[in-house]
This record gives sequence, C-alpha cells and structure tokens, in this order.
Amino acid sequence: MEYEIKPHEKLSLGVKELWQYRELFFFFTLRDIKVKYKQTFFGFAWAIFQPLLLMAIFTVFFGKGGPQEGLPYPVFALSGLILWTVFSTGLTNAGNSMVTNANIIKKIYFPRLIIPISSILVALFDFIMAFVIFIVILIYYQVHVSLVWFPVMLVVSIFITSISTFGVGSLLAALNVKYRDFRYVIPFMVQALLFLTPVIYPVSKISNGWIQYALAVNPMYSAIELFRSGFNEQALQFNLLYISFGSALFFFIVGLFYFRKTEVYFADLA
Amino acid sequence: MKPILEIKNVSKTFRINHEKQPYLSLRDSVTSVFKRNSSSVEEFYALNDISFNVNLGESVGIIGKNGAGKSTLLKILSKITPPSSGRIISRGRIASLLEVGTGFHPELTGRENIFLNGSILGMKKKEIESKFDAIVDFSGVEKFLDTPLKHFSSGMQLRLAFSVAAFLEPEILVIDEVLAVGDMEFQKKCMGKMEEVGREGRTILFVSHNLGIMAQLCKNAVVLQSGKLVFADTSDKAVQFYFNLSNINKNGDELLSRKDRYGNGQFHIASYMLLNKDNEPVAVYKSGEEARIQVAVKASDPSRQANAFATLVINDLNGNRIFGLASAYYRQEIELSGDSTITWIWPRCQLAPGEYSCHINIYESKIGGVIIDSLQDAFRLNIEEADYFGRGVIPNLRQDKVYSEFEVRSARC
Repeated sequence: MEYEIKPHEKLSLGVKELWQYRELFFFFTLRDIKVKYKQTFFGFAWAIFQPLLLMAIFTVFFGKGGPQEGLPYPVFALSGLILWTVFSTGLTNAGNSMVTNANIIKKIYFPRLIIPISSILVALFDFIMAFVIFIVILIYYQVHVSLVWFPVMLVVSIFITSISTFGVGSLLAALNVKYRDFRYVIPFMVQALLFLTPVIYPVSKISNGWIQYALAVNPMYSAIELFRSGFNEQALQFNLLYISFGSALFFFIVGLFYFRKTEVYFADLA
Repeated sequence: MKPILEIKNVSKTFRINHEKQPYLSLRDSVTSVFKRNSSSVEEFYALNDISFNVNLGESVGIIGKNGAGKSTLLKILSKITPPSSGRIISRGRIASLLEVGTGFHPELTGRENIFLNGSILGMKKKEIESKFDAIVDFSGVEKFLDTPLKHFSSGMQLRLAFSVAAFLEPEILVIDEVLAVGDMEFQKKCMGKMEEVGREGRTILFVSHNLGIMAQLCKNAVVLQSGKLVFADTSDKAVQFYFNLSNINKNGDELLSRKDRYGNGQFHIASYMLLNKDNEPVAVYKSGEEARIQVAVKASDPSRQANAFATLVINDLNGNRIFGLASAYYRQEIELSGDSTITWIWPRCQLAPGEYSCHINIYESKIGGVIIDSLQDAFRLNIEEADYFGRGVIPNLRQDKVYSEFEVRSARC
C-alpha cells in the first residue's frame, strides 16, 4: 500500500475512501443519537412530540379552511412537517457540525464528509420514529392510501429530502468554518423557509404564477408534494416539480463540490 | 528496500493577516473586494523545505523549540492539513496520535467511547471487539465501563484514552507529546507499551519535549529550527546538537534586547554562560556536579558603579519558585563597575533532572535601594540525570525536584 501526501490539487469525490471509513458513519450517528436523548425523560419520544405539537398548533390556527388537497388538515400538515423536520434539523446540525467537531478535525484525519452526513442520518432516524405516528394518524383519519404508489413516493421523497438536506447542509457546514456569520444565518433561514414551503398551506392557495415558481425553488417542495401524492388524488404540477427537483440537484452538486474543495483547509481555519 | 516514509521538500506556508482574526467574517471578505492591500499580508513558513526518509522499523524523534514546526509536520503526516509544496510518499498505514482521547464524549459510557475513539483512530469494529478486553484490562477502569465518561476522574479518562491508542496497529505511528499522562505507574506501563511497539518492527515518529524519553524510545532524531531541518543523526547526537543550538543562540547579547525587564537601567543583564568546574562552557549540567553560572551585565556608561545584591531564582516550568541563589543570604555585596560579570558558583547542583526556568534579579544593596535590573525567565537550565548520591542508583526521575544530602538512623527503643 503506497500513497502520497501532496498539495491539494484535483477534485474528487473520494467515494472509495468513504467506503473504507463506512463504520465511522455508524459510530458518529450512534453517538449523536445517543447524546441527543441522553438524560431526557421522554427519550426518543421527543422525535414524535415535535412534529405532533407543531401539527396541533397549525391545525388550531390554519385548520379552519377545512381539508387541503383532499386531505384532512392535520394529515396535510403532519405529512409536510415530518419531512420538513428532517430537512430543518438535518440542515441545522450539518451546518454546525464542522464547527462543533472542530476539536476532532484538528487532531485526526478521516473523510470530512462523514460528519455532515452523519448529522443527516440522525435526522432520518428521527423521521422513522415520526413516520410511525404518521401512519397512526393516517389510519385514524381513514385516509385512502395507495399501496403501490405510497411506498414508491415515500422512497422518492426521502431521496429528494436527503440530497437537498445534504447539499444545503454541507454547503453551510463549509461556509460556517470560514465565515462564522452562518451560525446566525442558519436558524433564521430554517424558520423563514418553513413559511416559504408548502408545508402548512397548499401551493394552490397562491394565485400568482410567479410566486408559485419562486416557492418551487425550495427543494423541499417536490419532496413534500410527491410524498403527499401517495395518499391524495391531486394532480401534480410537473413544471413546479421540475424546478424544485432541479434546485435539489443543484444544491447537492454545489454543496458537495464546495465542501470537497474547501475541506482540506478546515483544520487550519476551524 | 525502499524507505517506508519519504518526505520530500515539504513546505507549509501560512498567510498572516496582520489585522484580522484567524477566521474570516463575511464582512471582511465582502469589504476586502473593494479595498486592496489594506492589510499587510505576510507569508510565514511553518515548514521550509523539509526532506528526510524513515526506514521500516525505525523510530525517529523530532526535536525543536515551540514553534519550530514539529506539530505542523505531524499534522501534514497525519493528513490533517495539506503541505503547500513538496510531497510525502508513504508505504504503510499511518495512524496518528496528536492527542489521546480524540472524540471522547462525556455523555457516552466508557464502553461506547472505546468504540467511538477506536473507530475515529481508524480501527475496524471487529478489531476493537477482539481487543476490547485487553484495552479495558490495560486501562484498569473495568468497573466503570458502563458509567458515562463525565463521571470519570480526569486520570481515568486519560488512562482509558491511552489504552485505546496503545492497541492501534498501524505500520507507522505518529505521536505528539501524549505520554505525559496519568500517574507514575501508568506512565511506566505506557513507556513499556511504546517500546514494545518499537520492538515489533513498527515505525514511530515521535515528538516530545521530554528528551529523556525520546532518546530512550528513538534511535534516530531530526532537529527542526524555525521550520527548517537543521540536523539529522542518532538521537543522542541530535539531543546534544539541540542543546548546543539553544546555547549558541543564547550566548550572544540576546538578553540585552529583551524588553520585558524592569529596573533603573544603570546596568542591563546582557548574556549568560553555563560553565563547569574548569570554567568550560557546557550545555547541560548533571545532577550533583559543580555548576558555575556566569551572567554578564553592561553598564549604561563606563564609569557607572553600584553595590548590589544578585539573586538567581530557579523555578519549575509551571512558574513555581524552587529556591534562589541570593547573595543577600550571605550579606555579600557585589561590586559592579562598568561592564561586569557575576558568577554564581554552586558546588553541587541539587536539581533533579528536567528543565528549569531562571530569573535574574540585581538590586541595590543599600537600605531603600531600588531594582537595577530584573529579568524573568532569562534562560533555561537543563539538568541530566546522574548518580547524585554516588551509590550506583539513579534517583527516581519524575517526582523529585531537588536532591539533598541526608542520613537515616535507626535505634531501638
């Protein structure tokens, strides 16, 4: 086994190296999950409470308009919220991950991508918990679920959620190492984006076509709409979906490459 | 056979921005687009054209003062930071220990931390599982395995951390100052383990300020000075070279330029020399031998005269005063007349092996006299171990600071 350490030159994805270190994903994710719920009375239940409480609040304030997109409002809200929570917590944790793990980064080498990816895996773990409750709510409201379409759309929407969370998250993580301003930008951004995503209102509520397009730039639009299409009978607006999916891909590529390009200097800057 | 590690012309530069914080703020980047050359940027060579080879099974020590570039070199070897130019060819797996317990989390249990830390250090899960009992056994904390780390004493944490590291099995091991952990007994255990690693034919690169341990562990050593490699040979020769280097550097008038002094300015401490009993310059003293420490003072004008007391204060590196060789203790006035020298003759150096910091104080001996010149940490004394008591026993290395003659008597009563 011979290899060279030399000045940073070409840009590669380093997939082979990530595979070599695959066990580290597991340990970092496990660490974050364990630490997150250590010394909490309710433990994992917090992963369920948060979207449920938000659902309750939104139902009280916005639920008066009756069913949305053919779904009872609580189902409509929760279906958006559980995916949105993956995005928002994944983004926040990934965005801060390089700074919070600076002590490790400065002392030992491993592929840096493991850190933001692990924080997203933690968010996906929470999603599994919340998804169980979502199923219960679906049954409670007797929503008709397509047994073929629903699992397919679930996978597709999780895929879109993951790549957009990773894209934006790794971009923010890399920027945060260099510009600590992003520490303050992230929470604000997550909050603002919640209202700019059709999580709690249907995009059809907006009559202006241009604003619809603008909202569709949010990569989570396609994830949430496709997810809902597994159990509602609304026609999908493909032009908006393309924009949103394109945006997800764009962030994924930009985030990945910016992270890879700057990661070698993290130890000097962190 | 090809060397296991070839370091070829490695340099690392940092840009020093004289106005800015180490990390940028967005505002700085935005505004710097508009103003050019507003802050002075200086290229700083942390490492400057370093080349050397390490052969399989060889242990190499890296010696140098703080800021000489030792840690930067280790960071480049560990792939934490890339070199600015040059390259390193490695023919084996490198594991680096720049710190023990990297990634330890206080909320996780001892068991969980062993797995996490081992994995961060590059061990496979199976590997950790197979060595788990040995690691726990070595650390001696088996009772607390399922207790969160935050309830461990700091000593226990260090022991657990070192134990994980001790069971790494890379071809090349890069170590930075991690041996100074735990109590005496555990330190001995660590040393034994390190020597075992060396005997197994693995390659070690080792940085430590404890030159004794370094010479013991490493056959060869390189000396770094201000980012440059200035010497490479056996570790004994390198240690000697390093001592001479620090001495040559300090034997000029370099104390004269120090600004962190106070006094009335009539005389300034200019330089120092370490002499043996034959008045020959030396780099280090052995415990128990005669030491003559000579300090030269420069007068502000040639006719200047003063009666003074002079004190040489010996401190440990934590800044704790051990004792002072004070002429005032003997009511002995020193007559200073123009440029002069003051020599402290110490028939037996009672210091235990180690490094000590010396302060020099010169003050007027008359009642109400003021300080003429005072210099903190004027120079360092390095003391080598020796058979102080002349009984064929080298006294315990790390616990004593000072040796003293004594007698033990027993009587029946």
